[in-house]
This record gives sequence, structure tokens and C-alpha cells, in this order.
Amino acid sequence: MFPAQFTYERARSEDEALAALAKYGSDARILAGGQSLIPAMRYRLARPGVLIDINPITAFEYIEERDGYLSVGATARDYAIEMSSPIRSRYQLLAATSKVIADPVVRQTGTLAGSLCHNDPAGDWPVAALAARAQIVVRGVRGTRLVSADDFLVDSFTTAVGDDEMAVEVRFPKPPPLTYGAYHKIERKVGDFATACAGVQLTFDTGGRVAAAGIAIGAVGAKALRVADGEMMMTGYVPTEELIGEVVEVAKRVADPVADNRGSVQYKREMAGVLVGRALRDACRLSGLKGEGASW
Amino acid sequence: MTATLGVPMKRKEDPRFIRGKGRYLDDIVLPNMLYLALVHSPYPHARIKSIDKSAALAVTGVKAVITGEDLNAAKLEWLPTFHGFDKQMVLAFGKVLYQYQEVAGVIAETREAAADAAELVEVEYEPLDPVVDPFESMKDAVILRDDREEKTNHIYHWEVGKRDETDAALAASPVRIKERIVAPRCHPAPLEPCGAIADMNTATGRLTVYLTSQAPHVHRTAFSLVTGIPEDKIHIISPDVGGGFGNKVPVYPGYVVATVASVILGIPVKWVESRTENLTTTGFARDYHMDVELGATTDGKLTALKVSTVADHGAFDAAADPRKYPAGMFGIVTGSYVFPAAFAQVDAYFTNKPPGGIAYRCSFRVTEAAYAIERAMDILASELKMDPVELRSLNFIKNEQFPFATPLGFVYDSGDYETTMRKALSLIGYDDLRKEQAEKRQRGDLMGIGVSTFTEVVGAGPGKHFDILGIKMFDSAEIRIHPTGAGIVRAGTRHQGQGHETTWAQIVGEELGLDPQDLLVEEGDTDTAPYGLGTYASRSTPVAGAALALAARRVREKARKIAAHLLEASEDDVEWKDYKFSLKGVPGKAVTMKEVAFAAYTNPAPDSEPGLEATYYYDPPNMTFPFGTYVAVVDIDRETGAVDVRRFLAVDDCGTIINPMIVEGQVHGGLTEGYAIAFMQEIKYDEAGNNLNTNFTEYLVPTALESPSWETARTVTPSPHHPLGAKGVGESPNVGSPQAFVNAVMDALSPLGVRHIDMPLTREKVWQAIRGATA
Repeated sequence: MFPAQFTYERARSEDEALAALAKYGSDARILAGGQSLIPAMRYRLARPGVLIDINPITAFEYIEERDGYLSVGATARDYAIEMSSPIRSRYQLLAATSKVIADPVVRQTGTLAGSLCHNDPAGDWPVAALAARAQIVVRGVRGTRLVSADDFLVDSFTTAVGDDEMAVEVRFPKPPPLTYGAYHKIERKVGDFATACAGVQLTFDTGGRVAAAGIAIGAVGAKALRVADGEMMMTGYVPTEELIGEVVEVAKRVADPVADNRGSVQYKREMAGVLVGRALRDACRLSGLKGEGASW
Repeated sequence: MTATLGVPMKRKEDPRFIRGKGRYLDDIVLPNMLYLALVHSPYPHARIKSIDKSAALAVTGVKAVITGEDLNAAKLEWLPTFHGFDKQMVLAFGKVLYQYQEVAGVIAETREAAADAAELVEVEYEPLDPVVDPFESMKDAVILRDDREEKTNHIYHWEVGKRDETDAALAASPVRIKERIVAPRCHPAPLEPCGAIADMNTATGRLTVYLTSQAPHVHRTAFSLVTGIPEDKIHIISPDVGGGFGNKVPVYPGYVVATVASVILGIPVKWVESRTENLTTTGFARDYHMDVELGATTDGKLTALKVSTVADHGAFDAAADPRKYPAGMFGIVTGSYVFPAAFAQVDAYFTNKPPGGIAYRCSFRVTEAAYAIERAMDILASELKMDPVELRSLNFIKNEQFPFATPLGFVYDSGDYETTMRKALSLIGYDDLRKEQAEKRQRGDLMGIGVSTFTEVVGAGPGKHFDILGIKMFDSAEIRIHPTGAGIVRAGTRHQGQGHETTWAQIVGEELGLDPQDLLVEEGDTDTAPYGLGTYASRSTPVAGAALALAARRVREKARKIAAHLLEASEDDVEWKDYKFSLKGVPGKAVTMKEVAFAAYTNPAPDSEPGLEATYYYDPPNMTFPFGTYVAVVDIDRETGAVDVRRFLAVDDCGTIINPMIVEGQVHGGLTEGYAIAFMQEIKYDEAGNNLNTNFTEYLVPTALESPSWETARTVTPSPHHPLGAKGVGESPNVGSPQAFVNAVMDALSPLGVRHIDMPLTREKVWQAIRGATA
């Protein structure tokens, strides 16, 4: 359980980190919380030649609301997100997700931006990022790009970040009034990779109709998957048990899992549906809105 | 001075464990120490065509690379297994027989260099077809062990009881059930993995080995037998041990390679395995495939039990059982019940899996047996449409039948099964739970209640039956009281967290009227501790605990002479009462043990030798038979198959209790393991022989979050033959609990017609059963 040899670069500023990236390119990996990267290195599944440690960059630790969105810096810890009062009061999906990531020890160190950059197919933050329609600020010596979560999360362990770039911030649009969210996952024990997980965020109008829907599932595909047809089916309608049942069926069709110790293809697909249903019902219940035809 | 026996004294060892001041194997650093890393086979079955060491030897800091051929040349290629039926390769030569088998060892100046170089040892393999399933192995289509004279994969047949009588009784029984019940392969997974530091002093010719060992004295003998080094020149030190559960009983290849390397190089060599190495190569547990048959009358009286087991022992038969018991104490399978006829047989086979079959927190195959009978009793109850509790009650061995000779060869020492069960049912509110269940079933909710009324057999064992490597399974104690009345207590056992440093001090304190806080307990150093067989199989309190009490009584007999001298009386007039020596009939005329101890060194009786110490080697006259009733209450989520263990109550009877807090701690730990075995843990192999559970991401150890909240209670039925009446408790919760969980889940699923699901009861297995039944 000893990593292969690597060079360690300590970045004390964003400029230093970007300069190191420009120098080492694809041979380098950014070290943020390290909760996925370091175990992978110890198993020698990951063998970066250079680690660029951005933990000394305290300027990256922020979580703050700006004009119309919430900004989470590259080294803001999951624990800080869990404890953040704006998130607890206004970002229900993020709050629910932050509570079930790995275990409290991992959350002390792990980061949201790092989780997105790692893009594990069973990761929690990619699911929440899709459902909450996050954008990621990607920066390199050649400039800054704003990338949607859908474009950012390319494939298993692959993102839109170039070899000489890094993700410096994750932005979540500020939820309009009457927005509710929930996150559900099945794990065999605390800290396990999810067997299946689902995140939803629903914005209602005053009549109890869904004005905007974000629905995503994880651990049931090569990456986190948006249930786009389900989002469309809900938009403009009062959620009923029947409508949720239909969205559940869509989610099961979107799911494309592989079998492993956590379950068969059939089980994981079914669970993706069960969890989408539970998360949608949670969001509806939280809203307290009962439009005509609502079944709670 | 007041009683110290039965007092919930805080554990003397805990401050150092809790505050990081323990001294575990990996805390030990010797001057100039080198590090060993092992190279493992990626194939479960392959011929080794060649091994190229050159790239590994070229890594900076690498001192040596050792292969099986090298050991072969030194005639150290095999190591004996404990019960003596088989031997085990140290490093593979010719063939590898399981995935992750040790193929070579790299010795280097740093751990990192050793790990880097281990990757560079180039082994050329010719893959062979693996045999993964014991039911395939028994066909002998591929013979795995070409080193053996017997050209078969069959290792042994063992049987006990009367086959013909049992078959006839079953045939004549109006009600019969038969079920294939599997105790799947699992692993004890102690938090501290195994390791060794071998330190050969070339000047003195003395080999010191620091070892994660549950049985350091037996290991010294084994090391001497393997290496030919005289036993006086071997010093084994088992430092603080972070859990064992049977996993630290066998001798492992890493120990031998580190020792060989130190002997050759004359420099200390450390080997500490990784979690993956622990899970993939060291002693596994269970892997018993049991066909269980029960016969009964229509009103539920048991008539016969027959169990036929296929055991998967992996590539070498390294089960650490006593020599005469290849299937351990599996004869305990008649459990707490009277059977007019019974028969059990076990056939063991080699497969391309790692060796083991060790007792995982049980006294050699007792958990498998207890699981089989307690599951079968529930299946029979369901067949008879009887309450499983009433079926048990009807067939319990009654109090007046003790000592009770079972048809499978044990003589149970004592028991009071009905009282213990009734206490459990009353505490859990059994009748109300059944009412609630009936209401819930009306609504379609899946709620289950599972009971296990187990009996186990521990305390191996009487010398006339039990030995390891020919050494009788006694244990020992040595007590030395210093002039101030403090003392040192040594035993042949070696705790791994069980609390001996407190329990042993309490036993000696009680017998001698001394403060346990002033009695230092020391175990694990073969230069100082008396020879004993070690700590496993819940044998410490039944065997070493008895030795301690009897050694203390020897000290007391000597002390009586000194007391008589101090009281200026004849020995016959001195009595031991209220933790003091008193002059009979003369109130107030008494001396304490502290005073006697001082006199033993300053003013001994004229006719006695100075000093105050004694030794006792205890050969138990019988095993002890702890028992209990465990009750689990579960609710099942139909949509996901998730099982919520709403309540779990363990009522244990382990005879006289020395420290109730330690007993409760042992029960909590064992129940958590039992929960894991029932719901989470299995070492699985795919068809190609790949291990699918090689780390803690895939082999699950529950945390406080998953673990149910444990409720505990006790009854006390002392063992008639143990000097204190104690029976041992460490293993009861692991032996007794898996079937309570499984019985509860099956009870919940019974309205759907589900009869049995093999452990672990994962969400998916439960979900598939629900889905299958409702489709």
C-alpha cells in the first residue's frame, strides 16, 4: 500500500498551481482533499508523476452567495458545505447530498470540486451538480471557461478539464422561491460507494405546478445521468403519484448499470427508479403545496 | 478488602489503548531493520515457468529476492499445518494454487523500495484451469495437489454418531425436513493485520521474533520444528495484538520468509501485511455446505438429526483444529436438544482458494454447527406450523438431565435452557411482538422475529482428547507476589483485546485478597510466560482462568504457613476468611495477605523457603458449554430489500462472571460481527477464481451507524468442574447470533412462502426473494 514514486509540488497561490500545470501537463494531478486520489495511488491504480497540492491556497476555501448564484471554491470541504447556513436554508438538494457523502472523517477533507474532477460514476456530487444545474469555472494559463455540469462530466473518471487547466470554482444557480430538493442513496454501509443514488430539485409555481425540474441518478451508468425526459414530463404539471410513477419508469430506462458486488443490473436499475420516486415525493412533501390533483 | 470477582472494574489496559500508547507490532522499530514485501500470484492456478529477479534486484536499497526455489534449496519450502494432516507452501514453487499466493519475497532498506521492487519481479505463468467449487473439486477431474501421494482432491472424511440408526429413525419419522444450509466463506479481518519482525543475532545464535500471535508458545515450537533452531534459541514476543478472532493462530508464509531473510542477512527484517494480503491469503473461516435433515413426530418431538457437510478448505488444509478433530467441534450440532439418534459427517476438499478454515471467534466449527441446527429448527417449526419457541422448549435438554451425554460424543456440563429462554422472551415482550406481527401481516408489512437458543462448546481441552502438534491443550499460570503485596501474574494465553490484564488480576485478587490494581498481568513473551496453548476458542477463562485460580490457591497454601508463623499458631488453626488469615475462634486476630507477603521475604517461617510464588498447569477435565437465547426483531423494506434490525436481545449464560462489563463488551463486539456475517460479509470468487472481496471497500465491516443497538442480559449456571464455575463468553455472540438474524428475516418473509436464503442476506437477495414470491 505504497504509492509509486511521484514529485510533490506545493502550490501557494492559484498562479503557482497554474504554472505547475502548464509545466507538467498530463503527467500532473491536482491534489485537493485526496480522498479518492490518494487511495487510488496507494493501490497504484493511479500513478501521477507529479502531485500539485492546492491545499495551501486558502483563497480557494470559500462558500458564498454572489449575484444569483452560490460559489464553492476548489478547496471548500464537504464538511463546510454541510455546515454552511446559506446552503442549509436555501439549497436543500446540496444540503441533503452533503450529509450522506462517505463518512464524517472523509467529509472533513473531501471537496466538492475535487469530487466533480474525479468524476467517479458512483460519486454523489456529480448527481447533485446535474440536478441543480451547476456550472464549473475552469481556468488555465490561457484563460477561464464556464462549463455546465452536463458538459463537464464527460465519462467515467474523465472531465472537460484540459491537461493544463483546473477547476477553481463550482457555481449553483440560486434557487427561486418554492424550490425544494432531496437526495437519496442506497449504500451497503456508511462510506460505501452507492449502489444507486438519485438527486432531485423541483421549483413550483404558486398553483403547485412544477416550474422547473432537475432529476439525476448515479452509480447506474458510466457517469451520473440526467433524467431529462422525466424533467420535461414534470414541467408544467402538478405532481401526482401517477406522474411520479411515469418518471420512475423513465429513470429506470435511463439507468445503464453494470453488475458488481453491490448488485445486479436488474437490482440497480430498479433501485434507481425507487430512489427517484422517493426523492420526488420528498421534494413534493417539503413544498407543502397541494395543487389540484396532487396526491400527498 | 472486598470481592473483586463479579465487579465491573474498568479495564486496566484501556488507558494505553485509548491514548495511543499501545505497542503493536508495527510500532516496533529495530536498528538497521529491513522490510519484506511479498509478490503475489494474479492467477488462481498456474504453472510457474520462470522468475526473473534482475529488475527487482536493481532497485536502489534492495538486499535480496527470495523465491520458492531458493527455499527449496534450503529445505524450507513447506511449513506444517497445526493439526498435522497437511503442509503448506511457504513460497510457491512449481505451481500456484490460489490467487494472491505468495510467490517471492523482496527485502529492502525501505518499505517503499520493497514495494517498488516487488512490482518488478517478473514471473512467467502458464495458467491452468482453476477449480473453484468444492462440488466440482470432488469429481477429481483436475487434481490440484500433485505434491501429494493421494491423487484426489478429497482431504478427509470425518463422521460421528450412528449412521444406520439415524437413517432408520429419519425414515420412520412422520415429519422430516431437509435443507442445504451454507455458512459462506468469510474472514475474521482483525483491524491490525498480521506481521512479524525477525531478528537473528548472529553472535548469540538467538532468533527473536516479534509476532502478531494468539499462541506464541506453540509458535515457538513450530518455528523450531520448521527451522531446526533449538527452542531455547528462539524467543517469540507477541506484543499488543489488535484483534485476532482466530486469524492469528496459524503460521503464515510472511513470517517464515522474514525469518529466513534475517537468518541469512543477520539483520532484523519486518513484514507487515496490507489489508488486501490479510483478506486474500490468511486464514478464512466457514465455507461449510451443510445438508441438514431433521425428523420429528407430528407433535414436534425430535426423532433424528443427520448433517452431511462438504467443506471447502482451499489449496492446503491449514485449518488450525486440534489433531483428533479435523472438523473441529462440529459434533455440537445437536445443540440444546435431545435427539434419540444423530449422525454428522464432513468431507473436505481442496480448491484453488487460499487455505484456512480457522475458527473465526468460535471453538472450531461451532458457529457452523449452531447455525445449522438453529436454522433447521425454524424450518421444522414452520413445517409443523408450531411456534419456533415452543418447538425448542419441547425438545430442550432438561435441567435434571445434566451432565448430559449427547449422541455425538460430548458431555454437557450444565445448563438451564428453559429459564434463559423464558427470560429473553419476557424481556423482549415476545407475545406482544407476535401480536404486532399478526396485525402488520394483515397490512402486508414484513416484520419478523427470530430466535436462537444455542449451546456452544469451548475451553479446549482435556489432554486425553485435545492436542496441537502433539502438545496437550492445557494452559498455565505463574503468580509471583512481591514483598509489598503487589505482584506479577503471567499466563500461557495471549489476549488480543479481551481484557485479560483486568480479568486475570481480578481472579488472583479474589483468591488472594489483593488489589487487582497492584497485580501486573503479563502475557505473550515466551522467555517469561509459562508454556500455554494461547487465546482462541474461548479457552482463556475456562483453561488459563482455572490455572490462575489454582495457582493462586497454591500461593495461598504457602501463605497459610507464613500466616500461622505470624499468628504464632498451628496451621490447622488458621482459616482464610473475608480475604484474611484469621485465628479460629479468636475474633480480631488476623493477618492480611499483604502482611504475609512482606513476611515471606523478611520473616519467613523457620521451616519454609522464602518467597511467595506458584505455578499451575491446568488440564481441564471437560469442555465447558455456555449457552444463551438471542432474539432479533426485523422490519423489511419491500421496495429495496433493506432489513432494519429494530431490536436485538442477547441473554447469555456463561457460568460465573468475573467482570460483567468485560462480558458485555465481548457480547457487543461478537454481535456486531454476527450482524456483519448475517448481512454483509462473504469472500466470494468468480468462476475464474478471482477473489471479489480484497479490501474493506468490498469486504464490509459495520460501523456504529449500521450496527443495531444491542440489549443484553444474563443468567448464571456455573460450570460444575471449573474452579470458579466460569465457562467463557468471547465467542457466544458470534456463535449464537447469525441464525437469530436469519431466522427473523425468514420469519418476516414466511407469508410469501420463502423458506431459506443463504447468508449474507444482502438487500438484493431479500429483494429478489420478495420479487420472486410476488411475481
